[in-house]
Amino acid sequence: MSTKPSQSETETETDTEPATTGHQQRRLDDKRARADDRDEAAAQAETEFDGETVELKVFRYDPEIAGKEEPRFDTFTVPFETGMTVLDALIFARDSYDSSLTFRHSCRQAVCGSDAFFVNGSQRLGCQTQIEDLEWPVRVEPLPHSDVVKDLVVEMDHFYDQMESVDPFFDPDDLPDGELEEQRQSRQNRENIKLSTRCIWCGACMSSCNIAAGDNKYLGPAAINKAYRFYMDDREGSEKRQERLEIIEQEHGVWRCQTQFSCTDVCPKDIPLTEHIQELKREAVKENLKFW
Amino acid sequence: MSESYDRGLVADFGRWTEFSAGMWAWVFHKFTGWVLVGYLFTHISVLSTSLQGAQVYNSTLSGLESLAIVRLLEVGLLAVAVFHILNGIRLLFVDLGVGLEAQDKSFYASLVLTGVIVVASVPTFLTGAF
Ligand code: HEM
Ligand code: SF4
Ligand code: FES
Repeated sequence: MSTKPSQSETETETDTEPATTGHQQRRLDDKRARADDRDEAAAQAETEFDGETVELKVFRYDPEIAGKEEPRFDTFTVPFETGMTVLDALIFARDSYDSSLTFRHSCRQAVCGSDAFFVNGSQRLGCQTQIEDLEWPVRVEPLPHSDVVKDLVVEMDHFYDQMESVDPFFDPDDLPDGELEEQRQSRQNRENIKLSTRCIWCGACMSSCNIAAGDNKYLGPAAINKAYRFYMDDREGSEKRQERLEIIEQEHGVWRCQTQFSCTDVCPKDIPLTEHIQELKREAVKENLKFW
Repeated sequence: MSESYDRGLVADFGRWTEFSAGMWAWVFHKFTGWVLVGYLFTHISVLSTSLQGAQVYNSTLSGLESLAIVRLLEVGLLAVAVFHILNGIRLLFVDLGVGLEAQDKSFYASLVLTGVIVVASVPTFLTGAF
């Protein structure tokens, strides 16, 4: 299963979404550059398979099995094919070598957000990361800054709690009169919040954040981005807007962000998280300076 | 579900080898900021020797300036101050939402510029020190 973007896909994406161009284009360029200088470790991998193989070093831990309570790394040798993702390689390892190897996955197309791992020192979606783009051997660990349940599966409750705490749903002050009447959004407004709507709740950003690691109450990039998505939505009305502002500027809200950009660097949906947090900081200042 | 495994603070913060540009910028900025605060205290205590008269002040200062280690520390102080100011300006732009796509490049630029200024200052600080 390949999710490698073809040239034409990349182009249509940037064509139709002008707002993403700078940020997204830069990441795509980076990616291409990495592919270019990938070393020949592949060729050297000795093999019982025909053709190229890639070594996968995977974090293992299982508190329920005697002898596996101590975390360790297992190495799997996986036959490489073009277009193979980290998730594909993990699935191969599980199906061929060790059916107890545990990780979450579902959609295989960067939509469900269940397979964020720490791959070669960076938070990435397994299904979105091409083995080809990485240095070999590939090291796969569970997301940092969260407790490990088993192997690559981490406790997500805290992340989900933070997401829920910002009221991640549309909640207008007034409903239109007619039962079937639409609540229209202007094109301009939709454009403003477009990137923020892309979040798939994968938790990569939260895991990358040093501040979130040190402050368990910090809302975190994803939750603040979610707050941004609704705060910037013109349709809710001033009452809800005020409520949202209070959540945003609470003690463990936007002001905890120290603009390290780690979240923006890792977000698999290319959401400019730091930019959104900074924009909310400026909104909070403006609202508080208003004395009329 | 059984207990889960907390990799602990050491493992959490032991990932510094994998830090990205913005994370380093933050580490350096905090470090330089606190070094500057520390310097402020020594600065005040040295200056306050003037309360005991010009004689004491002059001899304290020339005594300090004759030490090679003090001269070296002065170069270090300049490095710390210049980086803090340049990166501080970078952070002000980040707060204004200007040039966010270039935040890593502006950090590298702060580093390089700091290096250049420090190297250029070496003759001034170190002539006659050794
Ligand atoms: C032109 C000179 C300076 C500029 C442009 C500047 C700029 C900044 C900025 C923008 C921050 C906030 C960083 C953030 O958002 O996290 C900061 C933090 C800091 N600065 Fe400066 N600064 C300057 C001089 C100084 C001096 C002289 C001192 C020491 C006496 C100092 C000590 C600190 C400290 C300790 C922090 C960290 C505060 C914290 O932990 O949040 N700075 N500086
Ligand atoms: S903001 Fe990005 S990194 Fe964070 S949870 Fe959403 S999709 Fe994942
Ligand atoms: S499997 Fe759904 S996001 Fe990767």
